Amino acid sequence: MNAHETTLLTIDRLSKNFSISSGLFSRPLTLHALQDISFSVKKGETLGIVGESGCGKSTLGRCILQLLPPDEGRVLWLGEDITKLPSEAMRQRRRDLQIIFQDPLASLNPRLTVGEIVADPLRTLMPELNGEERRKRVLKMMEAVGLLPEMINRYPHEFSGGQAQRIGIARALITEPKLIVCDEPVSALDVSIQAQILNLLADLKDQFGLTLIFISHNLSVVRHVSDRILVLYLGRIVELADGDDLYGDPKHPYTRALLTAVPIPDPKRARQRNIDGLVGEIPSPINPPSGCPFRTRCRHAIALCAEQRPLLEAVAGGRLVACHRWQELGLEGGV
Amino acid sequence: MAGITGKDATLTAYAAALAIAAPKGRSLTQDAMRRLLNNKAALVSVFIIIAIVLLAFVGPYLLPWAYDKIDWSAIRKPPDFAKGHFFGTDQNGRDMLARTLQGTQMSLIVAAVATSVSVLIGVVYGAVAGYFGGRIDAIMMRFVDIMYALPYILFVIILVVIFGRSPVLLFVGIGCLEWLTMARIVRGQTLSIKEREFIEAARAGGAKPFAIIFRHVVPNLTGPVVIYATLTIPEIIITESFLSYLGLGVQEPQTSLGTLISFGAPVAEALPWMLYTPAVLLVLMLLCLSYLGDGLRDALDPKDR
Amino acid sequence: MANVLVVDDLDVTFALHQSEVKAVSDLNFTLHEGETLAVVGESGSGKSQAFLAIMGLLARNGHATGRAMLGDVNLIGMPPARLDSYRGREIAMIFQDPMTSLNPSLKVRTQLAEVLVRHQGFAEEKAQKATIEMLERVGMPEPVKRANAYPHELSGGMRQRVMIAMALLCRPKILIADEPTTALDVTVQAQMLDLFKTLTSDFGTALVMITHDLGVVAGLADRMMVMYGGRAVETGAVDQLFYDPRHPYTLGLLHSTPHVAVRAKRLDPIQGLPPSLEHLPSGCSFHPRCAFRFEKCFEERPPLDPTEGNREKACWYQGRLAYEEVA
Repeated sequence: MNAHETTLLTIDRLSKNFSISSGLFSRPLTLHALQDISFSVKKGETLGIVGESGCGKSTLGRCILQLLPPDEGRVLWLGEDITKLPSEAMRQRRRDLQIIFQDPLASLNPRLTVGEIVADPLRTLMPELNGEERRKRVLKMMEAVGLLPEMINRYPHEFSGGQAQRIGIARALITEPKLIVCDEPVSALDVSIQAQILNLLADLKDQFGLTLIFISHNLSVVRHVSDRILVLYLGRIVELADGDDLYGDPKHPYTRALLTAVPIPDPKRARQRNIDGLVGEIPSPINPPSGCPFRTRCRHAIALCAEQRPLLEAVAGGRLVACHRWQELGLEGGV
Repeated sequence: MAGITGKDATLTAYAAALAIAAPKGRSLTQDAMRRLLNNKAALVSVFIIIAIVLLAFVGPYLLPWAYDKIDWSAIRKPPDFAKGHFFGTDQNGRDMLARTLQGTQMSLIVAAVATSVSVLIGVVYGAVAGYFGGRIDAIMMRFVDIMYALPYILFVIILVVIFGRSPVLLFVGIGCLEWLTMARIVRGQTLSIKEREFIEAARAGGAKPFAIIFRHVVPNLTGPVVIYATLTIPEIIITESFLSYLGLGVQEPQTSLGTLISFGAPVAEALPWMLYTPAVLLVLMLLCLSYLGDGLRDALDPKDR
Repeated sequence: MANVLVVDDLDVTFALHQSEVKAVSDLNFTLHEGETLAVVGESGSGKSQAFLAIMGLLARNGHATGRAMLGDVNLIGMPPARLDSYRGREIAMIFQDPMTSLNPSLKVRTQLAEVLVRHQGFAEEKAQKATIEMLERVGMPEPVKRANAYPHELSGGMRQRVMIAMALLCRPKILIADEPTTALDVTVQAQMLDLFKTLTSDFGTALVMITHDLGVVAGLADRMMVMYGGRAVETGAVDQLFYDPRHPYTLGLLHSTPHVAVRAKRLDPIQGLPPSLEHLPSGCSFHPRCAFRFEKCFEERPPLDPTEGNREKACWYQGRLAYEEVA
């Protein structure tokens, strides 16, 4: 990493809650989707965010882009707090901050043609362009994502999942953004198509000098694309580390359990594996456990874990872990 | 591992060529039209409706008698082909067929205008209320609720008093009532559409609220709107007849289907042709519109089948 | 090892508006007692339809021909009334989304007990007791409490356990699982897969695991069958196909799968798109995407032929496919 790495995005103590009504006469419940999230993203890197249900990763993606307003905390984009911006100013920032959605067909308006869908962001964000110029950009972008120019007047329902996702990617790239949040972009696709799209994203990242935030529940995919990885559990960060460090030497018990649970496409290794099986299910984010959110399923939990929530501590090499016992546990290597 | 797919370029081109062999470009509307045309009942209904419309607007030019011309020699006479009164005459000696066609014209115009007005106002109102939600939605829909609660006839009478009697007023009055239900339906649809991911994508692309409403929400509403509009035309025609019967709508010598029926009903035993001519036409039209509405619903929402 | 299911010449066709689509063509395979067979394929491969046909669960416009011999009887074409006595008792199926298989208005224990009362003729009380025992067996936390709950009150993992319990109540010889863990979280999936292993070995049930996830196959299955375009293209022991694949599609799948322990530079995806079942390519359906093709592949479809080592492949290419084992 060179010394002139710029930080593009800083998330500072972000929290987000949702109000859920629990019936006609009861008081609404609060769903704690995200609590006290802080991290930063450097230019040119791919930050992976992993977690299971209820960890808040999708909510985080949307809060970063202000598609959902955070309840607490700041989102600093190029040093500016975008949570406080008036809507018109935020709209302008969207030129540089884009998103790719999980379900390719649901994220495309079925009544518009491919050309219209991809050109849509240009209408508001670059109004100085006329129709001809827009069309030129659309065609160029379609070529970059591997769509034939003849497809420009087709409708989304005529495409397969993988092709539809390419349309979504073209739309995200049309304003030439600096950072793209990819929210489970390949989860809805067949395995062989997944690989095509992952390669495409890697190529486009190089070609356009992008910075990516890659959200997924699939640890193998995240490992493949990310430089650094953030592990979330019930709305909190439990560990943040470089890919190799995290997968080779996880410090948090949840990370280790997660990694050993991932099925490996290699029969011999699979048979030798020692799965750190977790007991029980993920608690509900409406009623998170006191202290450390993971303590109810952790084999190494002690009394302290229920009383006091562990804060993120710095470990050598820019790593962060939130566990009272990470040093003494010295967990055996990961995968 | 580059060796394996060393034929990258040719393969990609070939695979891409295969991709074009997929179905040709067809919008959702075209798909719906194709499904509609496959529906026999709907297809027949469309033809009949077109026939009725042609008959109503072109027919009068082909008839020997105008709708308001009095034939003193044939008052209250049953169908008489010799004199050119194919469906008989009414108490004033006017040709029934001609009057029925003129009445159909009037009913069709009322229906078309009232539907257009209600769709225009209802869609915009409902989409805006549904999309913005919160307080704006609450206020807008309470206004609709209040309008619903007003006695309809009173409202129309007030309009008549202020603007005098005219068919134009009739259209506006009916339109002003139908938009309320349309607004409710559109609002409901908007509430579910706005949760869909492509709306979020539009916001992420920087689109402003009204751009989203008109470019993304409204075009996806066409299904329910078209279906509802088709199915309320019968209601509009009947409402118009009711108002005309009360003397608040179409005035002599002009007439409408409803008026003809209301005059024909009391004398149906003695002068049956005065009732059955307009009645058959009205029933036929309403039936066809119902089948068409059903057909449209099946065509536009294939999942419901 | 005894055979519990022998499938011969299975064809599944669907009647569409103007045409017919063949979702499964000429499927032949044998399932042995107590073994776990993985059926691997992507969308459109026909893997689900084949087993829905065997279970008699095809959609109304679907039609199956061929033989699926469960002992002496052929399940294909059997009238529904007779099929009911085999389904649930001798052969059971569970699906990806438990919510669609569970009645939301009945308590869990009612639905489970019903199976025993109907198929085994248990008395109500005995059935209830057996239900709780089975829920314990499938690792359900607080089984009595969960038994009294409604399906929507349970989490995804718990519902899937209920499905497994329901399927295994009558100790069927064969359990077919159609992507049962795809919708579950990774840690819950690991628990489920472990459960499958334990139960199938305890009860001696043969398991058919339909999946697209090669990781799941590697951890669970003894043998596997790869399907493409409605046909089986390669079968054999799991070790054989993973370390020495003979069909280019199998090879392509292995290369497309990211491996959690290794960060490869680039994945080697299979170019192109899966074929449309209505317009299958001539000859071998895979040839448009295959790096090993030659003229014969365009003209003639390769049959599924046995090769040494008790495996089969449907491919004209006779050489070994280059493969590096991932370290």
